[in-house]
Amino acid sequence: MSELILEMKNITKTFSGVKALDNVNLKVKKGTIHALVGENGAGKSTLMNILSGVYDYNSYTGDIVYEEQICKFTKILDSESKGIVIIHQELALIQELTIGENMFLGNEQGFKFAINWNRTYSEADKYLKTVGLSESSRTKVYDISVGKQQMVEIAKALAKRAKLLILDEPTSSLNEQDSQALLDLLLEFKKQGMTCIIITHKLNEVSYVSDEITIIRDGKTIETLNNELHDCSEDKIISGMVGRELSDRFPKRVNHIISDEYALEVENWNVSHPVYTSRKVVDNVSFNLKKGEVVGFSGLMGAGRTELAMSLFGKSYGTAISGTLKLNGQEKKINTIRQAIKAGLAYVTEDRKGNGLILTNSIKTNTTLANLADVSTCSVINSSKEISVAQEYVSKMHTKCHSTEQLVGNLSGGNQQKVLLSKWIFSDPDILILDEPTRGIDVGAKYEIYTIINQLVAEGKSVIMISSELPEVLGMSDRIYVMNEGKIVSEFTQSEATQEGIMSAILKSKH
Amino acid sequence: MEKTKVINWMQKYSMIVILAVIVIFFTIQTGGRILMPQNITNLISQNAYVFILAVGMLLCILTGGNIDLSIGSVVCFVGAVGALMLNTGMNMLLIVVLMLSIGLLIGMWQGYWVAFVKVPPFIVTLTGMLVFRGLSNVVLQGKAVSISASAPEFVKIFGGGADCYIPDFFNGGGTNIFSIVLGIVIMVLYMIYEEMQLVKKQKLGQEVSTKAILIKVIAISSIIMFFAIQFSQYKGVPTSLIWVAIIVAIYWYITSKTTIGRHFYAVGGNEKATRLSGINTKRVYFIAYANMGLLSALAGMLTIARMTSAQPTYGTNYEMDAISACFIGGASAYGGVGTVPGVIVGALLMGIINLGMSIMGVDSNYQKVVKGLVLLAAVIFDILSKRQKA
Repeated sequence: MSELILEMKNITKTFSGVKALDNVNLKVKKGTIHALVGENGAGKSTLMNILSGVYDYNSYTGDIVYEEQICKFTKILDSESKGIVIIHQELALIQELTIGENMFLGNEQGFKFAINWNRTYSEADKYLKTVGLSESSRTKVYDISVGKQQMVEIAKALAKRAKLLILDEPTSSLNEQDSQALLDLLLEFKKQGMTCIIITHKLNEVSYVSDEITIIRDGKTIETLNNELHDCSEDKIISGMVGRELSDRFPKRVNHIISDEYALEVENWNVSHPVYTSRKVVDNVSFNLKKGEVVGFSGLMGAGRTELAMSLFGKSYGTAISGTLKLNGQEKKINTIRQAIKAGLAYVTEDRKGNGLILTNSIKTNTTLANLADVSTCSVINSSKEISVAQEYVSKMHTKCHSTEQLVGNLSGGNQQKVLLSKWIFSDPDILILDEPTRGIDVGAKYEIYTIINQLVAEGKSVIMISSELPEVLGMSDRIYVMNEGKIVSEFTQSEATQEGIMSAILKSKH
Repeated sequence: MEKTKVINWMQKYSMIVILAVIVIFFTIQTGGRILMPQNITNLISQNAYVFILAVGMLLCILTGGNIDLSIGSVVCFVGAVGALMLNTGMNMLLIVVLMLSIGLLIGMWQGYWVAFVKVPPFIVTLTGMLVFRGLSNVVLQGKAVSISASAPEFVKIFGGGADCYIPDFFNGGGTNIFSIVLGIVIMVLYMIYEEMQLVKKQKLGQEVSTKAILIKVIAISSIIMFFAIQFSQYKGVPTSLIWVAIIVAIYWYITSKTTIGRHFYAVGGNEKATRLSGINTKRVYFIAYANMGLLSALAGMLTIARMTSAQPTYGTNYEMDAISACFIGGASAYGGVGTVPGVIVGALLMGIINLGMSIMGVDSNYQKVVKGLVLLAAVIFDILSKRQKA
């Protein structure tokens, strides 16, 4: 068992003068699951890209020893031919093609000019069974859920005869149930002798699944822990990642006063799917939000939380929307996003790159986009005012950047999230709907986002926080609604709520 | 450190560097003839339509790399209708207004389909290209219509004929003093503007390199004075330059200083995020194409004035000139990136290559080959320099 399958020795890689990796060492034992943890930008993905041959072996120093051979990969195919397969964080499946076609893309069965489709699909079906999917491999990818797509990715890796499987945040877009299934599958593979490297931000997964844990910080290996020999508690890992003890992951709200007045009341809200109009994605939902309150929305992926939020925000999602919406006790008809913003609503999207930010524009432009009127007179932008607004938010949010002219696309995930928040806070809303506000950002940045949320409610604003991370919902919310399949199935106060309570509310509501 | 600074500077001003290299190249190759007053004047008046169309095209490209293929045909159609109206002896101002309205209506027609029905712009404007080329032939009945005798004033104002120059109010004889005075006025205004910008930036506590600004001011001032002196040595400031200057100034202002200008960049950068920020993205598309029609009408006026006639073949490939100018000038084929000054440099570059090769007597077929390759090289350069940064 103690035989090493992979050793990466003294890996150093620089990007235009900046050291991304500095003498990193990684030892992975055969037949184990090895977790790689670290803050965003610590260098985990760079290390894995070196291992899988995304970066040419000339572009870094150090050695990769794989199965007792020094490997010099120049392209991904080189590493794949040796059985090293990486599954990236973003799903790389082509929606319009079938599962089978995707699985053997670039690895087609049969001859170059005559693909053997029968063999393709029968092989594909075989691998699908191994990962526990009952779908036919002739199903198109867009017809299956994200959770299943992730499984297809793994099946695809198996089809490449993987011996060392690298998973980059495999569960970041999965709900608790699908994540659990995926982790159990990895444990199953381990029994069969497969080696896995898993990169993840979810620390409960790390302790659940991994045999060894390597912590990387600022491009350096900090330590490797063995799950059996060492203390691998979450706090221990976190302190290794951030280099400081995080005594509390959620900042306390001091002198927090929740008013008795309602900021938002929603009654009998219904939304149908924009394409399949007979499908109700939000089903007769009623809820309320008090001034100065943080209300959490918990639930599995696809429970209808994002759809509910977007339909409230100027009907930006769905058709056949019905129900009443009251702001400060008065009924309002909000039909466009513009009206929603004017009425004091803000929706901070879960998909900051796709729906939130303009990556090719500067921090300044992104900050003022939703409220350009405030920095302009008669449609002419007052550039000095705009710059000072942007600078104000950069310092308020502690956004790390060298100037407000820096392009948002060059920032790290956490800093992008801060720019996105700045944009919506600058639009001066009374109610902020935060959809997965800390998705894919590191622990330190998460803490800062929580602090910002606390500041907002201290100013008397109200926050709806949609989150799939149970500890986050529990740690931040004054009240929690649980949604499942388009309905609100349960409501908890902060003192009543527990992880088990919420999970069982979801699971028991299943029919 | 010094080295990366130089590389950054080269990338930022790459097009200006290339422009300078090309000017030097042709100056040597033509024995300095390309810089003669008459050639400089021609460079402006021959390419006036490119400047105006390229500015309009920039707005379309900003919305997401969308192009307008119909503008050559629209230029021809508006010109044809205008020429026929000019020959009826109608009031000139009325005709100008009517021509602009026709252009705007055509633009709104195409913009409607693009923005509200979501027909791909490539297809909408391809149909426009066919429709308006056909209609030009119909209204002109396949013949050329001359306006040199019926509308000499129109020809003069829109930059055609032998004396389409602003008269010298100072009667300088051989030298047009007005041109020099105008040059000095613009130069001084420009310097004041830069000074104001500098003060503003310092007030906001931004780091500014006064040395770099000084170099920039000296360079631009000398270019302004060079043009002014060259014009004065020939016949003065061409009237077409005035139109170009007005359009460039207006659109430069709109794209860089106004909210609607910002909306163009935002839509091209990320349409979904822009829509979720409460901006009416459909309106942005509509304005881009409606405006393109309006500017095509102006280009149509300049074209028939310069040619002193309207013909069914006018405007052919004008869309390609405009698109090339945009991409050479640094606009992104994916939208969201590009500036009016950049596009002007792009148009100038193409103009100089045309002019230089014509003076050298290069065969016109080879000229096309060279222009095509220059466009490819510009776009490749752009992509490569971006990749290095990433």
